Amino acid sequence: MRLEYFQMIDRIASFSDAEERIEARSTVPDASPVFEGHFPGHPLMPGVLLTETMAQASGYLILGLIRFTHMPFLAGVEKAKFRSFVGPGAPLEIVATRAHQGSGYAVTRATIASDGKAICNAELMFKLMPFPDGLSAQMRAQAAEIGLVQEIA
Amino acid sequence: MASTFETVADIIAETSDIPREQITPDSHAIDDLGVDSLAFLDIAFAIDKAFGIKLPLETWTQEVNEGKVPAEQYFVLKNLAARIDELVAAKG
Repeated sequence: MRLEYFQMIDRIASFSDAEERIEARSTVPDASPVFEGHFPGHPLMPGVLLTETMAQASGYLILGLIRFTHMPFLAGVEKAKFRSFVGPGAPLEIVATRAHQGSGYAVTRATIASDGKAICNAELMFKLMPFPDGLSAQMRAQAAEIGLVQEIA
Repeated sequence: MASTFETVADIIAETSDIPREQITPDSHAIDDLGVDSLAFLDIAFAIDKAFGIKLPLETWTQEVNEGKVPAEQYFVLKNLAARIDELVAAKG
């Protein structure tokens, strides 16, 4: 995880077309400027970044399921709950499943746990749009780096 | 059992925070009710779930943008309700 670069997913642990499900792993970094403000002397992973982590896992799930034909852009967050705190060094297990595939949009349900303990969950909506110029190759490269392409293949 | 229009009107009122009494069969979702494209995704998701269908939003948008079909055919609520009834009938 590199919070300042919005690189929230370290690796894809599993991807299933049949179950429309992805599992990812990340580790909260030991140090980050984010923790200097959130909060001074009491570093905690911000809820917005946990939401972004669920969104990125969901995004990779959708990209895998639709084989990179469109780019999923976050369009809505519903029923977000933050159940426990996580701080530097915490291992995160992120799971996302596709709840609905609409025409031009998709809905996922995502959870994050740490050492088996529930951290947060949400329902996320994505608008599926044509890739902006050059982004398709970048997303494929990022997906390959974290192991998604191998999982799809 | 609620009519298709009533179900759609309830969905729009709830998802877009529009007073239910402002929503009539002749309301245009975009021009009269001010529903934007992102809000319409919430409405489409609720309609898909409520009726067990998949509103073909991409096809509709393309047809409207290409001038093949006037937007009223899809976005005036009595017409939207008719399109939903057709989709429900088509799925058997």
